[in-house]
Amino acid sequence: MSGRTYTQAGSVADAVAAMAAGARPVAGGTDLVVGARHGKSPLPQAMVGIHRIPGLDSIEVDPNGAIRIGALVSHAAILDSPLLAEQAPGLLDASAIVGSHATRANGTLGGNVMNASPAMDTGAPLLCLGAQAVLTGSSGTRRLGLDELWISPGRTAASADELLEAIELPAPSGAGARGSAYVRLQYRRQMEIAVVGAAAVVRLSADGGRVADAAVAITAVTPVIVRVSAAEACLVGADLSGGGEELEAALQAAGRAAAWAATPISDVRASLGYRTQMVAVMTRRAAAAAIARARGQQVRVPASDWSVVR
Amino acid sequence: MSVSITVTVNGITYPLDVDPHASLLHTVRDQVGLTGAKEGCDDSECGACMMLVDGRPTNACSYLAVQADGARVITVEGLAEQDGAGERLSALQRAMLSRGGVQCGFCTPGMLISATALLERTPHPSEDEIRVALSGNLCRCTGYDGIVKAVAAVADGTA
Repeated sequence: MSGRTYTQAGSVADAVAAMAAGARPVAGGTDLVVGARHGKSPLPQAMVGIHRIPGLDSIEVDPNGAIRIGALVSHAAILDSPLLAEQAPGLLDASAIVGSHATRANGTLGGNVMNASPAMDTGAPLLCLGAQAVLTGSSGTRRLGLDELWISPGRTAASADELLEAIELPAPSGAGARGSAYVRLQYRRQMEIAVVGAAAVVRLSADGGRVADAAVAITAVTPVIVRVSAAEACLVGADLSGGGEELEAALQAAGRAAAWAATPISDVRASLGYRTQMVAVMTRRAAAAAIARARGQQVRVPASDWSVVR
Repeated sequence: MSVSITVTVNGITYPLDVDPHASLLHTVRDQVGLTGAKEGCDDSECGACMMLVDGRPTNACSYLAVQADGARVITVEGLAEQDGAGERLSALQRAMLSRGGVQCGFCTPGMLISATALLERTPHPSEDEIRVALSGNLCRCTGYDGIVKAVAAVADGTA
């Protein structure tokens, strides 16, 4: 007989107890099971199903204005959320292009984050939005920034008995309109993994005339998804009035800064040189889309489609 | 160790004992005996195994049967409509035949499930929405045109 076991958790405490005893959590299975089918790593001998734990599949705003996205919220549910469409369209840009509609119906935000892939689509927008991971384990609950959570490809700082309960997006601070976007280089629009990607979140000055604040993160060009402060600095202060020449110069400079920060690998999907060139383009497009949204212009989700058509 | 589960497939409830690693696809094909859903790639690329699990389009090859405990599963065999005279193909199934959306037939069960999921969420999809929804279902025969036209025909009521 096989030593394989499976239990279904009815609560976070159930799941944590099973994980402390060595079980691996499975929600939608779109990474764990598909990875096993690919031969990446075999299915764990002991698994705990977390997909029916009550309360982890909702999107809520707390009294301070922070948005709490339960770890079991699917990509499809993110796409259906008017709140997130308003507050975090860059996250919708990402969830809209994860896998196929079957992947999005079953795959969860929590799974995407905890898989810690440097190519995950939701990672860069979440990082730019200042997201925190809420982890609960045998010794209690703690919050980690995603820059502290992801430590290397496929590895997180969470211990084996810590379950991701939610992703929290802090309330926006400062006056001025905000916009966010995520754009990836893709050889096809669906059933694809980012060749490279970039996200940007911007806040405009109160009069809308300048970029007051910016966050930029890059995807699939570093061992973990990272912010690029040099690219952010290129965008802050950019003048949005006039013919747009200054904005275009700032976008180009941000792209070059992102390419400078990238340390990509060559693999079957793209060479190091091509990734380096293209991360500049994706950064420029993501920042342009985020600024357009902040200015109230329509940029359809996913922005990866918009920026190509444009 | 096998796990006892209960799964409702096309309205009939089955008590089953499954290995924790068994896929929903193999369980439905081998234990329930419904062989409409197909195994193509076995890793969520081709969509031939697609089933609705509590209404969600799901690659059953890569979904653990144990996770479907208590779920309502619909396979291609569950799409036909029942009337006084017996079973009648659904409007989508009839449109697939009349618009040339079926050739070898291997992808058809998954295509039908994917398109059914789309039409339930989005009754009047654009051509782009149809193509996006069916992008996880590979067809090597038709060139997709007849399939897209069949779904569009159902959406605009001309099926």
